Amino acid sequence: MENILNQAKKVAEEAEVFFVSSEETPVRFEANRLKHIEHKQSTSVALRIVRQGRIGYAVTTELDDSQSLVSSAAEVAQFGMSAKFEFPSSISYPTVEVFDPNVEPVTIEEMISLGEELITAVRGHTPDIVCEAEVVKSAISVHIINSRGGQAKYRKSFFTLGIMGSLIHDTDMLFVGESESSCHPLSESKAIAGVVLQQLELAKNRASAPSKPLPVIFTPHGVASALISPLMAAFNGKLVLEGASPIGSKLGQQVFDNKLWLWDDATLAYRPESRPCDDEGVPSQRTPLIAKGTVTNFLYDLQTGALAHARSTGNGSRSGGRLPGPSPSAFVIAPGNTTFDEMVQDIKEGLIIEQLMGAEQGNILGGDFSGNVLLGYKVESGKIVGRVKDTMVSGNVYQVLKDIIAIGSEAKWVGGFLQTPHLYCPSLSVASK
Amino acid sequence: MRGIEDIGRQLAEAFKNYNADYIEARLEQSQTSYISYRGKELESIGRATATGGSIRALVKGGWGFISFNNLDELRGGIELAVKQARLVGSEESKLAPVAPVVDIVSSGVDKNPVTIPLAEKKLLLDEYNDIIWRTPKLQTSVIGYGDSHKKAVFVSSLGSYIEQERADITLRLTAIATQDGEVQQAGLSLGSRGNFGAIRGLHQQVERTAQHAVELLSAPKAKGGEYTVVLDPVLAGVFVHEAFGHLSESDFVYENERLREIMVLGKKFGSKELNIVDDATMPGLRGSYKYDDEGVPASKTYLIREGKLVGRLHSRETAARMGEKPTGNARALNYRYPPIVRMANTYIEPRTLSCDDIIGDIKEGIYVKNWYGGTTSMEMFTFSAGEAYMIRNGKLAEALRPVTLTGNVFITLNNIDAIGNDLDMNQGGGCGKREQMPLPVSNGSPHIRIRHCLVGGG
Repeated sequence: MENILNQAKKVAEEAEVFFVSSEETPVRFEANRLKHIEHKQSTSVALRIVRQGRIGYAVTTELDDSQSLVSSAAEVAQFGMSAKFEFPSSISYPTVEVFDPNVEPVTIEEMISLGEELITAVRGHTPDIVCEAEVVKSAISVHIINSRGGQAKYRKSFFTLGIMGSLIHDTDMLFVGESESSCHPLSESKAIAGVVLQQLELAKNRASAPSKPLPVIFTPHGVASALISPLMAAFNGKLVLEGASPIGSKLGQQVFDNKLWLWDDATLAYRPESRPCDDEGVPSQRTPLIAKGTVTNFLYDLQTGALAHARSTGNGSRSGGRLPGPSPSAFVIAPGNTTFDEMVQDIKEGLIIEQLMGAEQGNILGGDFSGNVLLGYKVESGKIVGRVKDTMVSGNVYQVLKDIIAIGSEAKWVGGFLQTPHLYCPSLSVASK
Repeated sequence: MRGIEDIGRQLAEAFKNYNADYIEARLEQSQTSYISYRGKELESIGRATATGGSIRALVKGGWGFISFNNLDELRGGIELAVKQARLVGSEESKLAPVAPVVDIVSSGVDKNPVTIPLAEKKLLLDEYNDIIWRTPKLQTSVIGYGDSHKKAVFVSSLGSYIEQERADITLRLTAIATQDGEVQQAGLSLGSRGNFGAIRGLHQQVERTAQHAVELLSAPKAKGGEYTVVLDPVLAGVFVHEAFGHLSESDFVYENERLREIMVLGKKFGSKELNIVDDATMPGLRGSYKYDDEGVPASKTYLIREGKLVGRLHSRETAARMGEKPTGNARALNYRYPPIVRMANTYIEPRTLSCDDIIGDIKEGIYVKNWYGGTTSMEMFTFSAGEAYMIRNGKLAEALRPVTLTGNVFITLNNIDAIGNDLDMNQGGGCGKREQMPLPVSNGSPHIRIRHCLVGGG
């Protein structure tokens, strides 16, 4: 790495080398039985330079070919944006625990039995269900050095356990599933199986939804599948800078219901999205985004922050091996004080949305969402009466989150990137066959 | 470093020393370049190169798979893949027999698009971006251009040695208009199999897209409910891909008894007019190839003929387990992933009606055009239109905000009651399945009309 940095310094004013290597071992089950064991190793190195004031960038997996890497970055710098930032020099990082040495020693045999346990538990409840399961252990190692003497290095471990089941009767299909991830090894399949069994129980009966506005409870999965993508875009400093975020000009204003609090947090111990620093070597932090319904911050990397006259919030992320850009680490919505049961009891006629399919395909920037209720339940007179199908729900995130009846008292992690309670909203447009 | 060709030949030789039912390796060398804009400014520009490979082994029906960037010491890799497969395997391995292939396939483009100077690519994108920015009320633009050139070597314990090159280009332009806190967007997605000329000369289309984003600011939302909808060839292509294509991928079906019963050959899905095809052998499309990633020759497969299910897409394993012929549809996004059953170029065959015939007798309906995206859960699918217009008394009327359509595959295909004569293949799509995306595919259709389609409201 030093070698690449030194060569780059010969052609550029500033340089940064980002090295990442990863190892991943997935154990996959298909059709209720073990089918694949994989092992994936990858390494890549990215060079970012500032040459005549402009940013150049190149990435390769060929670690010994530093000459081509430097010359590609130099070619790109002819057209690159002018650099408005400085690489971070030597700084100290917060302690963020993301590596557990106990992940690596978990044996393939132990991973196989975890998957088997999960499938057995779900099939014990519903013998006809066909399950896919996945047990994955992995580790990454990141090392960043730059020409200002900045240096960051960390290792992270992950472990994921998940199951997806499909239950088919004639041409009627039901899909259920749950997964959990952590930087610790997971050894307990009961909680995950429990969630799936509850989905199966609730979906046993069928109910029909009318075509009219109805109150809706979004479960944590429902929040993730319907509401989060627009928010992730809206708080992205780059969209704010361009004027494409609907809340970009509303810093300090109340845009959402005053019960709503949202943070971006990369410092939570042993969470897969946490890390001591971002992909530019800027220390991680917990950034309040919505406080009492008021917009309090946007997310920035170094370059976007500099252009917006704001500081990097430690959200520089290199997705797909590209130049760093602002990206959320993990969104955390604060729990409220209403239990899920209380929400259900409050509804005369309404829906619970667990999974909305296709909601992310519309005008995300504007906050519109519209999707098919892949998994959702009808509530009548305070009771869950069955699963709804052939039903579309549409709305706008900004309208939905402006007026929330209640926020759930228990927050849950969904997909590693979101911790949220249930959200209970007064009215959404429902179209049904 | 040794070339991937040499390494491939050595691996093939080394396979003989291992006790497995089948072993294959894929080695790849790729170059990519990309340019993206957000607003007037260049957001990102760069080049990347990658070399890597994978080895897959089958023992008693169980698979082991390893992938790597480090091409030294691959013997240990074969051993690990075989050991993993042995740990999984508990039954008889089944792979449909195919003849070993030795072949070298060139990319078919005169010029590798990655080697075109970045300055030349940037010049063209600057022209498009200027057009967007000249449009009044336009807030900003997003442009993403990417190209790639890949050389892949495939070797298997059957004795196959295949070198295939492919080049690919994608371009997505989005125009974003705002007014009083409203944000609306319109997009254009294009692609080509490595021919840079295919994305030149789009100035008028770009202008039209930018104008549409502005029009949407004052467009009303559709009222949710059932409508007669007419789909343009681009969106109908997305529809056939989502609504039916994925269901015909046999890896979903082959080990699921219930699905096998539902997807029994001969089952009626649509009217006698309806033919649906997947064809990787069409020349020059983004989903085309000569051999799939298991070394099986590509083929043209009728999925639906005269409204009845007549075929499906297979890997060697799914074909063997269902007692059908392999179709050459096992594709991997790149060396990091094992091949899974995927579509190539999927389309509805054209019939006789003109677009005017199709719209002419609709009293009230919705005309939908272009795509934002689509997804499926097998039974249910949703797909969203980039543009939507009311149809009133047989004529296109006011523009609507973009709409999402949803349906049930077992019902909706039967509700197609008119198929046009204007087949067009859309090259702008990328397909995602499991974690492998975006895989180059193309979809197409003539204009089609669907009765009783559920449209999400505002």
